[in-house]
Amino acid sequence: MDAINAVTWKDKLRGYVKNPFSGFLFVIVVLAALITFAVLLFLISYILVRGIPHLNLRLFEWEYNTANVSMMPAIINTVIMVVLALILAGPLGIFSAIYLVEYAGSGNKLIKAVRVTTETLSGIPSIVFGLFGMLFFVMALGWGFSMLAGAFTLSIMILPLIMRTTEEALMSVPDSYREGSFALGAGKLRTIFRIVLPSAVPGILAGVILSIGRVVGETAALMFTAGTIAQIPHSVMDSGRTLAVHMYALANEGLHVNQASATGVVLLVIVITINWLSGFAAKRLVKGEN
Amino acid sequence: MDKFTLRNVELWYNDFKALKNVSMDIEAHEITAFIGPSGCGKSTLLKSLNRMNDLIEGCKITGGLMLDGEDIYGDMDINLLRKRVGMVFQKPNPFPMSIYDNIAFGPRTHGIKSKYKLDDIVEKALKDAAIWDEAKDRLKKSALSLSGGQQQRLCIARALSVSPDVLLMDEPTSALDPISTSKIEDLVSELKKEYTVVIVTHNMQQATRISDKTGFFLLGEMVEYGESEQIFSMPKDKRCEDYITGRFG
Repeated sequence: MDAINAVTWKDKLRGYVKNPFSGFLFVIVVLAALITFAVLLFLISYILVRGIPHLNLRLFEWEYNTANVSMMPAIINTVIMVVLALILAGPLGIFSAIYLVEYAGSGNKLIKAVRVTTETLSGIPSIVFGLFGMLFFVMALGWGFSMLAGAFTLSIMILPLIMRTTEEALMSVPDSYREGSFALGAGKLRTIFRIVLPSAVPGILAGVILSIGRVVGETAALMFTAGTIAQIPHSVMDSGRTLAVHMYALANEGLHVNQASATGVVLLVIVITINWLSGFAAKRLVKGEN
Repeated sequence: MDKFTLRNVELWYNDFKALKNVSMDIEAHEITAFIGPSGCGKSTLLKSLNRMNDLIEGCKITGGLMLDGEDIYGDMDINLLRKRVGMVFQKPNPFPMSIYDNIAFGPRTHGIKSKYKLDDIVEKALKDAAIWDEAKDRLKKSALSLSGGQQQRLCIARALSVSPDVLLMDEPTSALDPISTSKIEDLVSELKKEYTVVIVTHNMQQATRISDKTGFFLLGEMVEYGESEQIFSMPKDKRCEDYITGRFG
């Protein structure tokens, strides 16, 4: 039997005819959603169609040379860069957010100063970070083009992001949790690490993932700091190019456009995998706590 | 015997004077109710008994507050004070973890690690809070999956888990339905055998039903304090009578 509250197509249409503006709005929002989806779909399929035919095993050989244009060193460098940047910026960002939310009083002047600084930092174009990294880490400190210089530059870049998202995540933990914990005689440290942080993990993780995305996709800040050597570095003081830089270099040289497209496919797959993994990890972590 | 002794307690939130010259004795193994209109300072007084006011910026307290003759605001370790003086809040606030971990959090905080002991404590606390039968088969489930009334009894169990002397309750039933409320009232009446209970309530019938002594507060002053029977049948103060008979508040 038909539900008496079922709204049929005809009912909807009649409503829109009666109220044309509502119908107009409906068309607009549907169109907007469709266009967004179409653009994304086109972008992804374009990259895949252009890149997949040029994927071959030679692109994944350990050693890079002009014959195979291997991206394997770049993939490994990308992983190293992500890990280094997160080791540097992760604890710093998370701990400073903990200070701002849990320790600093609401009238604290430092909060304002830090907030203005982080907001300014996050608005600076990445090439400026690259320039700073080159002038300071590469030249002034004499590190040369190195993974370390690149990682430090990137970590300054992602620090505000990690800090802000952690701050938001901590602030969204209800005060009643903190009160409950204090009322049981738990100290500040135990309250923060056992009650507040676990509840904030999904939010913090979201910030970390956004940061990974920025590191993986960054070129401008890395070109002048980590350099463009397409080999696996022997130490963090060696130069090395990440996947995005590799792709930029290939496309820029104009000799290996096809390989650049293939690299694009790999980059896309990596980013999608990171997103999927992080969502999965967040779910598992939250479940583990419950 | 007096559990709490309060002498000339005054409390400011920055420039606002929230408590004016409150002196009272709170008897052990009794239920003491604080009543009065919103903003009269009764919750504030309750929170100064386990120093939860310390968390509020700009809060300043003068006078003397003693627990068993010891100065609460003196050398006493604040975490040990809160272990002795447990608290249940207005809104149920279980932690987002399993029922078991919610109860075990307190004992673990105070250094109990043995699984065997923890199991015992969890069972006893849940039984004391009359929620064992509903919770025993789902100890590993999230505490947030319980109903509001069950969550509040879980919070009472959590407060009992560290074996306090005193239980402070800040309007513990105001967010609950009548059935859950009556369960918690029965529970509180049961608890006074082992614990001293101080309860803030907006519900006058509740204060009549369960409390031994009642304090009536108005604009930061303790207007009247005495046996609940007397307060609710023949209050001495006109303001107290007006409030109890519902003429204002």
